[in-house]
Parts: sequence; C-alpha cells; structure tokens
Amino acid sequence: MTPLLDIRSLRKTFGGLSVTNDVSLSLHPGDRVALIGPNGAGKTTFVNLVTGALKPDGGRVSLNGMDVTRSRPTERVKRGLVRSFQVTRLFKDMTPEEHIACAVLQRMGKAGRMLGRHGRMTDVMTEVGDILDFLQLSGIANVRVREIAYGQQRLLELAIALALRPRVLLLDEPAAGIPHAQTGLIEKALERLPADLAVLMIDHDMDLVFRFAKRVIVLAAGSVIFDGSPQAVAQDARVREAYLGSYAHAR
Amino acid sequence: MTDVLGRDRPADFWSRLKESSLPGALAIFVVGIAGFFLLPDNLALLTRIIAIAFLVLSLDLVTGYCGVATLGHAALFGAGAYGAGIAAVHFGVTDPIAMTIVGGVSGAIAGLVCGSVILRAHGLPQLVLSIAVIHLFHEAANKASSWTGGSDGLSGIMPDPLLGLFEFDLWGKTAYLYGIGLLLVVFVFLRMIVHSPFGLMARGVREDHVRVAAMGVSVHSVLLRMYVLSGMVAGIGGALSAVATQVVGLDSLSFTLSAQALVMLVVGGTGSLYGALIGTVLFLFFEDVVSAANPFHWLAIVGALLIAVVLFAPRGLYGTAISIIRERRKKSAA
Repeated sequence: MTPLLDIRSLRKTFGGLSVTNDVSLSLHPGDRVALIGPNGAGKTTFVNLVTGALKPDGGRVSLNGMDVTRSRPTERVKRGLVRSFQVTRLFKDMTPEEHIACAVLQRMGKAGRMLGRHGRMTDVMTEVGDILDFLQLSGIANVRVREIAYGQQRLLELAIALALRPRVLLLDEPAAGIPHAQTGLIEKALERLPADLAVLMIDHDMDLVFRFAKRVIVLAAGSVIFDGSPQAVAQDARVREAYLGSYAHAR
Repeated sequence: MTDVLGRDRPADFWSRLKESSLPGALAIFVVGIAGFFLLPDNLALLTRIIAIAFLVLSLDLVTGYCGVATLGHAALFGAGAYGAGIAAVHFGVTDPIAMTIVGGVSGAIAGLVCGSVILRAHGLPQLVLSIAVIHLFHEAANKASSWTGGSDGLSGIMPDPLLGLFEFDLWGKTAYLYGIGLLLVVFVFLRMIVHSPFGLMARGVREDHVRVAAMGVSVHSVLLRMYVLSGMVAGIGGALSAVATQVVGLDSLSFTLSAQALVMLVVGGTGSLYGALIGTVLFLFFEDVVSAANPFHWLAIVGALLIAVVLFAPRGLYGTAISIIRERRKKSAA
C-alpha cells in the first residue's frame, strides 16, 4: 500500500550545520506517530521542510504517491497535508465561526467568491456547525477570539485543521501553553480524530505522547535515532544518551 | 430567528439592520441631499469631498481590510482621473458615464501594476515601494505632457449632459448629484465585497497571513485581486473629479494626496467603510472651515486635531465610537 506521506532521505543544511540529516519516514492511514527530540534536534526545520516552508537540499517528499518536493505550501494543503501551529496563530478580532468558515470555504473552492455571505450558504454553515459541535466550541461560536480561553483557542486551532479535511495532519505541540489540568480537553479531541487520518504529532509532553502515539520517532542532531513503540523508547540507550547527554554517564 | 443550524441568533432588529447596507446607503442619501440644500454655494467642495471619499474607501480596502501599508494610493485615483480626462480630450469620449467607466478601468489597471510592485515587500520596504510608485506615476504624467498637459494640467474636458438630459452647470449641481449617485452604487457594491467569502479571507490576511496560507489560500492572489478592486474604486473617484472640475492636475497623482488619504482613513477608522467616509467628510470639511476662519494658522489647527484624534481615539472616530458602544453593551449584559 502506498503510504499517505512518504519522506525519503530528506536533507537540509544551514551553512555548515546539518539540521536535517538523511531523515526518512512514512505515514499510513490511521497512523498515530509522535516525533520527539531534545531542543535543537531539528524538529521545527523538519516540519517546515515537510510543509514546504523550506526547500530541502536533497531527498523527496511524496503525498499519496505524488512527488511534492518542489510544490508550494498551499499546493500541499490542497493535497491534504495540513499543519497546526505550536503558538496559536488565530485572527484575534474574528470569531471561531468565521475561522472555520474560512477553512471550509477554502476547501470547497468558494473562498474567492465576491457575492453572497458565508452565513447564508447552507452547505458551508452546516459543516461549520458540525465542527464546532465536534470540538464543543458551539457555545462561543460568535465570540471574538481575543476574548476566549487559551485552551479553547488550541481547540479552535485543531478545528481549523480538521475543517480542511486533511489526510495527513501535522500537530505541532497541540497542548503547548495550556495549564496541565486542561490538557485533557485536547487529549479527548485527539482521541476522536477521524480513524483513517494519518497524524504526526511533534511534542515535548511525554504524558501526551505516550497516551496518544502508537509509534514514536526520536530526532537528535538532525537524524532519526529511534523509530519504534512507545514502550521501547524509554529503554533505548541512544535515546537516553540524546536526552540526558553526559549526565547518563556521570552516574 | 434561527440560522441554518437551528442555533439561536440574536433576532433583534438592530443586528439585522447592521447586516444590511440599507442604513449606510440611507445615511449617504440623507446627508447628501441635506448638503445639497443647506450648502448650495459650496457644491464644488462637497463634490471634491465625494471624489476623495472614493480614494479613502479604496485605500481602506487594501490598508484597512488587508493590512497593506501604502503611501502611494493616489496613483490609482490619478490614473482614473487622467484616464477619464484623456479619453475625453484626445478620444472624444465625453459621455460622463463612459468617462467614469474609463476611469474605473484605468484605476483597476493601475491597481494591478501598483499591486504587483508593492506586494513584493512587507512592512517598511512595502511603504518605501509605494512611495517610489507614486513618484514614478507623477513623473510619468509630468513628462508625457502631450497627453496629460504636464504641469499645466489637462484641460478642455467638456463632458456631455448626464444621460443627455442634465447639463453640467456652473454651480456644480449636476456633478454633485451624479457624485452622490455614484457613491451610493459603490458603497452598496463594497458592502457586498467586504461581507463576501472573499472579504472574509481578506480580513484573515490582515490578521495573520501565515495562518491563511496554512489553510491553502494564496495570500498574494487575495491581495492582488483586492488591489484591482481598490484601483477601480479610486479610479471612479478620479473620473468623478475630472468630470466635475473639467481639469486634471498633477496634484491628483501626488504623494501629498496619498498621505492625506491615509490621514483621513486613520481619523475615521480603518477596516470599516463608515470610518473611511466619516474620516473624509470630517477632515476635508474641517480643513475648509479652519482655513477660511484662520488663513494663517489653519495647518497648525489641523495638526492639533490629528494629534488629539490619535491620542484619544486611536481606532479613529468611528472605530473608537463602536468599541465604546460594545463595551457599554457588554457591561449592561453582565
């Protein structure tokens, strides 16, 4: 079966520094993969290479069998590769309903329309309502984002991604900045993601990673040093080395 | 009243009224007619206010709704004015409505050209590019004097009677009423645009263009299309000015006019059509009254007004009024 997202020998250097060093991985429908690694491991660069914000120096990115290594970021989104942001990037003066409407309109190819109002387009609004309900945001659908709680903003970030009906979803620290007591809200939402969606989550929060992921990939100094089950990752000597550095030997 | 999802929407009269463009159109009509009867000796000034209002509305589309920084927006206004003027003088297109259409098209083309240049940069470099563009337009019009009249201005524009019935009279009655009519049409058109899905995307671009791009929207295409629309609106204003004054000067393509338009927009409030209209009317009216009352110190008074507005009403007069009303409502609801 062709993987939904297939990354082969991806390389990127900044000056003399190799930030992404021969990274390969593939995602299949239904995958729940976590990408972890210490600070400076090259996670952000990797995400930018996959979404197309950065051009790789070598290697290949394919989406559903189609080579998109040279495609623009917007083209990749249209092919089903959607990302969320670590720091919420929302429209502060617009409402959750408007955010999701933007995403739905874009997906339906109605974003360029200069006639009519999204609020009167039944197909658009039905879907917007479904997504708001799914993430329990209906109660604040018409409140401006600057006035809603941060946890809800994170949910909205997820809602926008889902409204684009992705096949591959890159979640960049979906629970970042939320008080620990409220991460359950995000976790519950993540559990209910469409079953055939392939999800790659980039995160620091080990609790979340262990509960969510069925497979863990560890990135250190630009290279994949581990690819396996969450149970095995804690036992792996190289992973401990990467995270704990020389402290591991100090004992 | 419920929306298509069956969820309750505030059904009160005011929210429905806010959605329609009827109150705005009615206000323009009433104020316009009041001006006609109350200030019959000042119709030339009032017509100029309307023409500049098109420029400020047009600037609002790219700056207020999309967040593009520009100090060269008069290029689009001037393109419309010269387009209509040249069509009349050199090609015998003297029907006022045809001249207006030529002006709108010239403005749209200028918008495409300016947009293609200005949108290549962001922030301060964008501002500098816009200044470069207005100077280039100004210089081009100055040099092509066989077409534009150069620094003497393009004169000899003799528009036919409007619809073949109404002569453009010495007192400017026809020109003024034509301006009001045009403004009504353009206002309703713009209300439609800014509330459309396209307008929603434009607001998204202003708030965070990275987010919009991550949705798969081409930010550049949204901005460029808005620039063309904006050019059309400014061009109609330029054409109105050419029809009404029967002369087009280089000042219509000037940096000064661009900067003034931005000041009017900020005084009224960016990101709202009402703000743009209120800013233009108040600024130009105030300027006229103050310069008549005190011909020596009027610029100082205008400067003081601007400082006062920016300090005490940072969102512009309309924007600040709206946020005060919103706060009040929230308090009374709590």
